[in-house]
Amino acid sequence: MAQICGAEVDEEGFLVDLKDWNEDICKQMAADDEVELTEEHWDVINFLREYFEEYQIAPAVRVLTKAIAKRMGKDKGNSKYLYSLFPYGPGKQGCRFAGLPKPTGCI
Amino acid sequence: MATKKFMYLNRRSSFGTVYAIESLEVVLIAAAFEQDVSLAFMDDGVYQIVEGQETDGIGMKNFSKTFHALGDYDINKLYVSKESLEERGLSESDLMPLVYEDEDDDWEEKPSIRVVTNDELKAIMSEQDVCLSF
Repeated sequence: MAQICGAEVDEEGFLVDLKDWNEDICKQMAADDEVELTEEHWDVINFLREYFEEYQIAPAVRVLTKAIAKRMGKDKGNSKYLYSLFPYGPGKQGCRFAGLPKPTGCI
Repeated sequence: MATKKFMYLNRRSSFGTVYAIESLEVVLIAAAFEQDVSLAFMDDGVYQIVEGQETDGIGMKNFSKTFHALGDYDINKLYVSKESLEERGLSESDLMPLVYEDEDDDWEEKPSIRVVTNDELKAIMSEQDVCLSF
């Protein structure tokens, strides 16, 4: 099975054991995707991790967008902004960087 | 795509079988397709939404927390059988305070749980396009 920084990932690059996550793994995943992590990325990644901690699920994009709008304002809670940070999808790519499983209902 | 009314009927307790967690997964998937989704809890299914579940001792994921996310998914109709609660010595105050924010009412938090009699539940079921039992 493939590994990132010694942690096992599945065929789509998601961590097998969510407890393995650390910032180095996140940075490595981003580097592999040619994404340069900024403070704005970390805001979303940290948000996703908090959301998972609270609800035990990776939110669907629609739910993520709404929740970010509520927490950080409408200028950040919209899909255009979130896709500019995570071009492969704030749900799919964002959750992967955050060490979460693939969002439920995401294909 | 036309919206259909989906009801997910939950009749078993949270752990011991996969029915409860699988039902919740399917509910979230259906919600992603923006269908009219409601949940019903009867028989041992009422235990799924009891407050204060703790799973550390059994090494399972505490997915009861996920019910709090349903409001974000616009799922705000959780019908609970009054008779099933009473048969188990439970009341509405033993259940998790599940709420949703009403978009049409200045995002006011409103309760998602509605305790109904089995007769009322039967009537609600008959209005559904699809009823899935877990």
